[in-house]
Amino acid sequence: MTVISRTLGAAVVFASLGAFQAQAAECIAPADPGGGWDFTCRTVGKLLHDLDLVDEPVQVTNMPGGVGATAYANVMSKRADDDSLLVATSTVGVTQIAQDKYPAGTDVMRWIAMLGTDVGVLVVPADSEMEDLDDLVEALKEDPGSVPTAGSSGAGGWDHIRLLMLADAAGISAEDYKQIRWVQFDGGSPAVTQMLGGQVDLVSTDLGEIAGFVESGDIRILAALSDDPIPAFPDAPTAIEQGYEVTGYNWRGFYTGGEVSDEVYESWVERLSDLYESDEWKEAARSSGLVPVWRGGEEFEAYVNEQAEQMNQISREIGVIE
Amino acid sequence: METLNLLADGFAVALTPTNLMLALLGCFLGTLIGSLPGLGPVNGVAILIPVAFSLELDPTSALILLSCIYYGCMYGGRISSILLNIPGDEPAIMTTLDGYPMAKAGKASEALAISAVASFIGATFATIGLTLFAPMLASVAIHFGPSDYFALYVMAFATIGGITGANPFKTLIAAFLGLMIASVGLDPGTGVARFTFDSFHLYDGFDPIVAIVGLFAISEVLMYLEKMDQLPDKMVPLGRAIPKMKDILSGGWAYMRGSVIGFVSGVLPGAGASLGAFLSYIGEQRWSDKDGSFGKGNPKGVAAPEAGNNSASGGALIPMLTLGVPGSGTTAVMLALLISLNIQPGPLLFERQPDIVWGLIAALYIANVVLLLLNIPLISLFTRMLSMPQWILMPFVVMVSFMGIYSISHSTFDLLVMVGFGVLGYILRKIGVSLVPIILGLLLGADMENNLRRSLSISDGNFAILFQSPIALTLYAITAIMLCLSFYLAFRKRRGAESAP
Repeated sequence: MTVISRTLGAAVVFASLGAFQAQAAECIAPADPGGGWDFTCRTVGKLLHDLDLVDEPVQVTNMPGGVGATAYANVMSKRADDDSLLVATSTVGVTQIAQDKYPAGTDVMRWIAMLGTDVGVLVVPADSEMEDLDDLVEALKEDPGSVPTAGSSGAGGWDHIRLLMLADAAGISAEDYKQIRWVQFDGGSPAVTQMLGGQVDLVSTDLGEIAGFVESGDIRILAALSDDPIPAFPDAPTAIEQGYEVTGYNWRGFYTGGEVSDEVYESWVERLSDLYESDEWKEAARSSGLVPVWRGGEEFEAYVNEQAEQMNQISREIGVIE
Repeated sequence: METLNLLADGFAVALTPTNLMLALLGCFLGTLIGSLPGLGPVNGVAILIPVAFSLELDPTSALILLSCIYYGCMYGGRISSILLNIPGDEPAIMTTLDGYPMAKAGKASEALAISAVASFIGATFATIGLTLFAPMLASVAIHFGPSDYFALYVMAFATIGGITGANPFKTLIAAFLGLMIASVGLDPGTGVARFTFDSFHLYDGFDPIVAIVGLFAISEVLMYLEKMDQLPDKMVPLGRAIPKMKDILSGGWAYMRGSVIGFVSGVLPGAGASLGAFLSYIGEQRWSDKDGSFGKGNPKGVAAPEAGNNSASGGALIPMLTLGVPGSGTTAVMLALLISLNIQPGPLLFERQPDIVWGLIAALYIANVVLLLLNIPLISLFTRMLSMPQWILMPFVVMVSFMGIYSISHSTFDLLVMVGFGVLGYILRKIGVSLVPIILGLLLGADMENNLRRSLSISDGNFAILFQSPIALTLYAITAIMLCLSFYLAFRKRRGAESAP
């Protein structure tokens, strides 16, 4: 009797677990609440439900650790075939992978899509003597240590690498650009406020978080690291316009476990594509300073692999990894 | 005058029946969440953000609900500090120093009342500061550079030895232990892994809240297990259910002093509520500890840090709203919330969306009043917790600790770390080492190091930068004066003891 009731009970529990997993989608934000990945999960999760692309509200789980490495390891080892799972990531995550700071390479996951991108910018205080990139490059060529620079990542992080890519494009040798002073702050806004306080001369970071300071006129965009001028600030010159072939996007997107079926993978790509097409996403992206850009499915997988390869190369050149 | 008009508009927004109900709900939930060990304001706000969305509240209402939860958590953090010697969140650590001894002496209700009043005064003080001076203070805070923050942390560490009445040597050892624990993890400056033993679980170092719950809550349970068979449950004297006005007033000017110090560290984005509570306590101890009763249940030792940490959390909203720079974990969550409501904090927020900002500020005033009214009658209920037999209370503490920590990171590894800290805490208690300085070392150590590193990155390795800014020099001077003063006082005390018959 007890055996039967226990089996029944277990069956009920399993059935409900199964039902739960099939219905409610989960989005893992591999960071503490409040960061960019958390925002990606919450915004996209909310829109997926609002647009009836999923039946139940998307549950957001914060799994901070190792700049996404903890979540990566967790999904890789425990949830590789979980049909209901999205994990938020961005260029920052791929940088970590490229520098071997994740437990595995890009091949263990299925990369679903990117929905938008933040644009890297180099900014200076409004009253800075530097008028354009040529001024910056000239100063750096004369003495690479003469301009203290800052951003929201540590040395070897994406903010730092973007700046060094520019130095590289300007013909400054690796020996020299290694000597550029780099100060890490816990975000773009703290870096900008410290720059306004006179501690550093230049900040390299994503535009989204600091757009308010540009609008208020406290700081100036020396160069936007994008192919085309930024829609919100069409007058801000791109690096390419100034003769330096550098772009530095920070895209936002999702991966899922490496063992989900093609069918499930395709359905995620499709749902995110529908979300991307909606006006609601365009609005949400715009208000948080993102430029909507779509790359999905196999095209996105190829893009991620290529980017990881490229960053690995840059990281080696600048000596961040051996 | 314009400010008052704007504030009046804010009140008009905040005082609708729905918003008042939400404020009440937020305050209640916040107090509850804050009082549970491991569940602090960060989790409280983060957990309830989806609730706010699913209720389909308009932005102002959602903001009111969540800021009431934020303030509620800050109020609630002290309850378990006082009653159980287990801080509910990081800034509530300092409250254990005098709050728990008061509770053990049968003055739990007085301690709770004093801390409630202190929280009210501190938070109201900060909210007034926010109303009147927000943009101005933000532009001053900008001039605080890494080397100035470093000087501030040096001041904190220079005074750490004196916080517990016990052996200053053991206190320093504990603080260094905290510093050592703080050095585990990815070096933020260069991304190099330190003491992680190739485990990415350790990349982010040890979360202070995991350490707190382990060191305080789990070790408390271990202590209980050890003594379980030896003595029958000794009842803690309950004392009065309703505190007397006179006792509440015994906090005196400590309320105000704590508020001011806390507010200043709140406005500085690199400082925050924990440092605010700590400096308030230290300041108050220097100011009014005449008979060495701090650490043994001095009401001012409860009033000052509580006023300080609540004032700091209010002050931390200033850089968050005007610069988009969160000074603490909770303000980071609030920042994310604002952004997901399509509100971009930053230099233009006050001009562009005045109704939301002033609605929020009005909500904070309301939250303060509601929390005070809510907390005073609840005191008798909370003190009842002490009469609960230990064999019920302790398993409950274990359960809440595990749940709270798991809910932060969904990682079983953190649970192991917590138990590890529990065993460490047990051993340290056995050899008479105070646990509070460990947490302070852990909390302040990482920030101190980061700011030192930043200063040196700016100057390209030249240590002279640490002594170039006038702010830093002023802070060093204050530190030196405080140190000299404490040596002088110790000297006088000893001479007094010798000359006495």
